[in-house]
Amino acid sequence: MGYTENDLAKDLENSEYKFGFTTDIESDRAPLGLNEDIIRFISAKKEEPEWLLDYRLKCYKIWSEMTEPSWAHITYPKPNFQGISYYAAPKQTKKYESWDDVDPEMKATMAKLGISLEEQQRLTGVAVDFVMDSVSVATSFKSKLKELGIIFCSFSEAVQEHPELVRQYMGSVVPATDNFYAALNSAVFTDGSFCYIPKGVRCPMELSTYFRINEANTGQFERTLVIADEGSYVSYLEGCTAPQRDENQLHAAVVELIALKDAEIKYSTVQNWYPGDKNGDGGVFNFVTKRGICETNAKISWTQVETGSAVTWKYPSCILKGDNSIGEFYSVAVTNNYQQADTGTKMIHLGKNTKSTIISKGISAGKSHNSYRGLVQIHKNAHHARNFSQCDSLLMTDECGAHTFPYIECKNPSAKIEHEATTSKIGEDQIFYCLQRGISEEKAISLIVNGYCKEVLNQLPMEFAVEAQKLLTISLEGSVG
Amino acid sequence: MLKIKNLHASIDGKEILKGLNLEVNPGEVHAIMGPNGAGKSTLASVLAGREEYEITEGTVDFEGADLLEMATEDRAREGLFLAFQYPVEIPGVSNVNFLRTALNEIREYRGEPAISAKDFMALVKEKSAIVELDAKLASRSVNEGFSGGEKKRNEIFQMAMLDPKLAILDETDSGLDIDALRIVANGVNKLKSDKNATIVITHYQRLLDYIVPDFVHVLYNGQIVKSGPKELALELEEKGYDWIKAEFAH
Repeated sequence: MGYTENDLAKDLENSEYKFGFTTDIESDRAPLGLNEDIIRFISAKKEEPEWLLDYRLKCYKIWSEMTEPSWAHITYPKPNFQGISYYAAPKQTKKYESWDDVDPEMKATMAKLGISLEEQQRLTGVAVDFVMDSVSVATSFKSKLKELGIIFCSFSEAVQEHPELVRQYMGSVVPATDNFYAALNSAVFTDGSFCYIPKGVRCPMELSTYFRINEANTGQFERTLVIADEGSYVSYLEGCTAPQRDENQLHAAVVELIALKDAEIKYSTVQNWYPGDKNGDGGVFNFVTKRGICETNAKISWTQVETGSAVTWKYPSCILKGDNSIGEFYSVAVTNNYQQADTGTKMIHLGKNTKSTIISKGISAGKSHNSYRGLVQIHKNAHHARNFSQCDSLLMTDECGAHTFPYIECKNPSAKIEHEATTSKIGEDQIFYCLQRGISEEKAISLIVNGYCKEVLNQLPMEFAVEAQKLLTISLEGSVG
Repeated sequence: MLKIKNLHASIDGKEILKGLNLEVNPGEVHAIMGPNGAGKSTLASVLAGREEYEITEGTVDFEGADLLEMATEDRAREGLFLAFQYPVEIPGVSNVNFLRTALNEIREYRGEPAISAKDFMALVKEKSAIVELDAKLASRSVNEGFSGGEKKRNEIFQMAMLDPKLAILDETDSGLDIDALRIVANGVNKLKSDKNATIVITHYQRLLDYIVPDFVHVLYNGQIVKSGPKELALELEEKGYDWIKAEFAH
């Protein structure tokens, strides 16, 4: 093979970087593109230990030999991975100069969600003085956690303060080789959350990323690691119902959960990234890898309400390694306009008497496409494993699509697997029935949709559930056709 | 209260109501009988405001306002209630949540404050007794997994809760055994006052043994072809609809 134009371009690109930043380590932002030096730059900026840099470089190598997956039922312009800056200094950026600059539509939505003015300003990133309240709440919250020995901090802080835990568990559930986006994240992640619950401790409050959203700009490659030690319990909340805008179009997070013997992790997500406008322009591409591992008698429960993003690619999964362990997945995914979602779960049964439950509720409106993709895998030693899956799709218009891709692989004859699936169009009869009782169409749709999603919403912590209900209503406003 | 004049309505280009006239005053109970396909349920649907029907001619005056100009939900808020022939199931939405939403929407429309949870539950207790509805059904999802009889009782329970001016019972007797029929009819009778009115749509005379009408109308081929006192129902029961058909065949 001769020296091609492509090779030339690559060389030029690389050489440019070689000169570009080794001398420019003071810069707050990495130059566009990705190569080993960029990774060294990120690691150096974060003053990371040698082992982490080695890990990143290894992952980068793995990633560079992979190709982007194309099996999902989604279409989108492939991101240009050399056109992204992989590091920006973690400073609190002011997104708006003043409250008056904030998009009125966004303000109205937040008001409908019942978010206080102060919260609204904080969430939109307007520079305000009275964040003091939130800070003090967060501080008292932290001291209480500390008393119990619970560690809840940014991922970067954990790397510095608790390297032994990070080193032991990072990549143990989602190895870099797992998939293209996980490999990319492993190479370039900038920050995220870390949580450790000591043996036998029941975390007395919901741990929410919300409390530390302002501490660091986690960026587009977020890394989360939750470790529940033996016999402990934690309920963890990710995201918030407020619409989140981001200048970064591509998001590729990795979340790893480790539930040791007799531990339980409840992980709830409300995802409302900017979905693009009514014509499908803009919007976040969300490619997330979430997975947990259960040791003996442990339990992991994923609950998600997904209303945002232009493209969602996400399969929170459980590896049921220990005997008697339990995995659960409760999901509501709403797509409207031109949104596309391909989401579901994987339940990998390895241990005896392992049990999994999958409840997936898809709602499609506008011209959107909503796919459920799930795998139930029973390995040969998983005697008496049980799975129950229920996948329901609700169509709001004639132009949208709902798709179900269930995969079952069973290698143990004692296993019991049940799968139910339904697809229905939102009933004109149901709406008429509500109207005839004096209920407006908007409220009728809200009632019907929330009723449809009840089994999932019931899994959310109370406050979150109330907000999620409102969010569903807002996401589907004026969507019946 | 209700004045229907020369009402013509069609669905998918097919005319079902062909010049129907009817007047209902407060305190009255009207029975509308007729053979299958006469347009009985169409009349109920058109009055309630189902969008599939096209009104091609005629007027409907409800309490001095043009009913046909009102949105479906506003008709309900103005006091028009339809007890459905086939009540709809709404999974995951409790009966009480559904009714509280409805009641508060109606109250808001009338400029009244929302009902408190305490008052609402007291009202549920009082009204569910009227149709001997198990309190457990009130907290279950709307009509989901209800038996035929429970669904119809639930319709009358909702009617009791919303206290309409004009109630239209569309084939409420269909699918009911004699005990359920008695309970439903007793419920309707208890709700009767000199301020409200009821239109009972039925195929059989049976229901009218329990809900005694002031007027009986025979609907045939999209028109009311005969009206009379309650005895007309007995005559229809005895002779069937064939003589009507023969008399008004075209």
